[in-house]
Amino acid sequence: MQRIGVFVCHCGSNIAATVDVEKVVQAARGVPGVVCAQDYRYMCSQAGQDLIRCAIREEKLTGVVVCSCSPRMHEATFRRAAEQEGLNPYLVEIANIREQCSWIHKDRDQATAKAIVLMRAAVEKVRRDQPLTAGKSGVVKRALVIGGGIAGLSTALDVAGAGFEVDIVEKEPSIGGKMAQLDKTFPTLDCSACILTPKMVEASQNENIHLYTYSEVEEVSGFVGNFTVTIRKKARFVDETRCTGCGVCMEKCPSKKAKNEFNCGLNTRSAIYIPFAQAIPNVPVIDTENCIKMKTGKCGICQKNCAAGAIDYTQKDERITREYGAIVAATGFQPIGLQAFGEYGYDRYPDVITSLELERLMNAAGPTGGELRCPSDGRKPKEIVFVQCVGSRGQSCRDKSYCSKICCMYTAKHAMLIRDHWPEMNVHVMYIDVRTPGKNFDEFYRRAAEEYGVDYIKGQVGKVYEQDGRLKVQASDLLDDRQLLLNADLVVLAAAIEPSPTARKLATMLTASMDTNDFFTEAHPKLRPVESPTAGIFLSGVCQGPKDIPETVAQAGAAAAKVIGLLSKKELTANACTAQPDEGRCNGCGECEKVCPYGAISYEEKEMRVPGKTEKRRVARINTALCQGCGACTVACPSGVMDLLGFSNRQILSEVDAICR
Amino acid sequence: MQRIREILSGWLREGQADRVLGWKKGELPGMREPAFFHTEKELEELVYDRFCGPNLSKFLIAAGEKPGVTAVLVKPCDSYSLNELIRENRVRREQVRILGVPCKGNVDPRALEGKGVLAVREEEEQLMLSTLYGEEILPLSQVLLERCRVCRGKKHAVYDELLDPGQEEGPAGADRFAEVARLENMTEEERYAFWQGEFSRCIRCNACRNACPACNCRVCVFDGPAFDSSQKANAVPFEESMFHIVRAFHVAGRCTDCGECSRVCPQRIPLHLLNRKFIRDIDTLYGPYQAGEKDTGRSPLTDFTTGDCEPGAWEGA
Repeated sequence: MQRIGVFVCHCGSNIAATVDVEKVVQAARGVPGVVCAQDYRYMCSQAGQDLIRCAIREEKLTGVVVCSCSPRMHEATFRRAAEQEGLNPYLVEIANIREQCSWIHKDRDQATAKAIVLMRAAVEKVRRDQPLTAGKSGVVKRALVIGGGIAGLSTALDVAGAGFEVDIVEKEPSIGGKMAQLDKTFPTLDCSACILTPKMVEASQNENIHLYTYSEVEEVSGFVGNFTVTIRKKARFVDETRCTGCGVCMEKCPSKKAKNEFNCGLNTRSAIYIPFAQAIPNVPVIDTENCIKMKTGKCGICQKNCAAGAIDYTQKDERITREYGAIVAATGFQPIGLQAFGEYGYDRYPDVITSLELERLMNAAGPTGGELRCPSDGRKPKEIVFVQCVGSRGQSCRDKSYCSKICCMYTAKHAMLIRDHWPEMNVHVMYIDVRTPGKNFDEFYRRAAEEYGVDYIKGQVGKVYEQDGRLKVQASDLLDDRQLLLNADLVVLAAAIEPSPTARKLATMLTASMDTNDFFTEAHPKLRPVESPTAGIFLSGVCQGPKDIPETVAQAGAAAAKVIGLLSKKELTANACTAQPDEGRCNGCGECEKVCPYGAISYEEKEMRVPGKTEKRRVARINTALCQGCGACTVACPSGVMDLLGFSNRQILSEVDAICR
Repeated sequence: MQRIREILSGWLREGQADRVLGWKKGELPGMREPAFFHTEKELEELVYDRFCGPNLSKFLIAAGEKPGVTAVLVKPCDSYSLNELIRENRVRREQVRILGVPCKGNVDPRALEGKGVLAVREEEEQLMLSTLYGEEILPLSQVLLERCRVCRGKKHAVYDELLDPGQEEGPAGADRFAEVARLENMTEEERYAFWQGEFSRCIRCNACRNACPACNCRVCVFDGPAFDSSQKANAVPFEESMFHIVRAFHVAGRCTDCGECSRVCPQRIPLHLLNRKFIRDIDTLYGPYQAGEKDTGRSPLTDFTTGDCEPGAWEGA
């Protein structure tokens, strides 16, 4: 005979304000098999847990239902309490009457009725629960960081510093990411390269860190502690072990018309190239689209001139498969494309540029050697107009709904630097709001406006057009309530940032969830901000949401702490809710094996007794150490033979019955 | 016919097969039933003509439990069913020897019902009937099964030997999705009324399930004690619909559209339309897919690629 206890939590007023807890208790007492029902203000408190433990002991409970918050929150808490009292933890079920009931309903009677239904369903489930024992699984002491920008580098350095091996996969030929393209950094105005390059060097020299540049993650399988990842190392056509980085190949290359991506296409580069001077590794790659040898078969000048004999036109992509205990996504961002923003004339006028292009134009290693010049004719600009929130904080389909967060500060930085270097230039900033939360941020902005005389105008730009060979910016000044027509030599657009387009494909491989903007979702927005809901996957940098450099580095460190915590464990508690086939009905069709993402299903020829004879049959076999309880096989099985322990079909149907009754 | 017998006799003689699965005459004119033949003598009873509708592939599951090799005659559309069974490990390829026979379309035996037919023979695209009431001539084009009017083609998906390799390139029939499209264009109420009307005739004889080559579970979910509507009077009027819809879900992605369900239904319910709707949806969502075309790999419903559409997003688009 089942002896089930039902414990209803008030959660302060979170539940009790909307659900009549007393009525739920009364209803529970009427459910067959329920021998005790109690309520308490905070069931998760020590006293609340003691209440449950005491009831298990004195009422000899065979199953426990806790009506409280989401099982994500406290299932583990209550299961631990039951276990301490000698009850198998898998005989504890949660009825979520907070997130799925009290928080989303207003009407007290209806919410109470629903809470009672949820309670009854959980009682029916627990009635059919069976004791389960979780196995253990090991942890591969190695982490994979996907993305070699400042986020990925910081995480990798911290994890490596704790003594674990880390691999960084970077899709570009060099690590460094977007930060390498920046000129100065706010609010201290130190040179971006000066603070980034040492980190890059440190990563490349750290014996615990292995760099896979010009590489991409191609396949991910496995689960927390035991991921298997295939990395595709794209052919560089230059042997990394031989190349000395002398650069002769780049000098001699006759094809010099390729767009220089690092300089945002503002100048050109050779077909064999190193993206920037401080690149790591300092080894060129051949861009096959522009290489004459690759296109026509004739040329080979770089090979002839390479003293180290490092050039190899026959090099092929290489695939590396490795195991990792933890994976960090640090895929970063890109500025949005501006094709949809025709009113700013970005595609029509060379002197309408993005802020990232301005970074390159002001950088000593940039296309103009750090002299601010108009891209159209190389003249010195006199009037510069900055346009804020281009594609950010918008409602239309071309806009991002979110604030890109970094633009207000980098524009203040740009404006200040321009006024500092070239006081004869006039700088206007068109803004919706100026947002400067952050240490020393507002002071920085005020300095730009007050000390450097940057002309901040609240209002938006309607149109940028050319008249008599000069750019005109039509805008409104909201504070003075008047229309403006500004002359401009240079217009700088603060384009919104968006997650790297590679992130979605990666998220699918990692089974990590994303929001509608393709930013990775955290396990909990407040309490678990650097973990993905998928165990073993961690988030670092802008791939999780817009951030500036200090915030990115802080989050990267937090992600590293979580990775270290995981890799330090000797073993992980495996999933107890594993798949289980009814062998007598299994027809060996193979569908379950095909859908299993963990390779946990195989087949065996098994001798089976059937009426009158013994038969050899092909039946499914589960490796419970590998099974993660995802349930894919249970729905794939055409015969309905596969069940999931702890979530059996019978349990789920009896829950549905209880709800429909 | 003579050549078929020669080939099969040869196989039996040379030990390439231990038995033959084919058709023999049934009780009534125009009726053909599946049969096993073990000797050259028995093979004299073998027939193959345009009345040989039954898809034989499912019988190979049971035949696989006997030792040795079963030779089997397969029409082009049956070959997909057989190949799908091979893919699902229900039939072992090495335990069958397949003679691909050409097909010009099967006659729907129901076209002869109620006519008091005493004998029937085929003559130049016509059926010559001797009936209780005299002679009657039916053009063959009017008495073909639905599946043959929308024939997918004459190619065999799997075989060891083809009787007539030249016939493989034969013409396909009309658009098999026209009727599905018509149902799709109905309002929900109209469609519900259509299917309730069709299903209300169902007598739960289970002929569709028993004939369906994809319905090959060891224990059918409808026969198990867990499903409490098995073989009982209806509790609710939706129960027949439920049976057929669940069955269609169970074979989704594995149904080759062989049309046996509708062919065997004594109540003439167009059951194949349910499966065809699934096929059409799979084709639309994941690209054209023909179950049974290959004997390895995954069906689109049990495969996952990063390029897969997300049906929720698809509908919203």
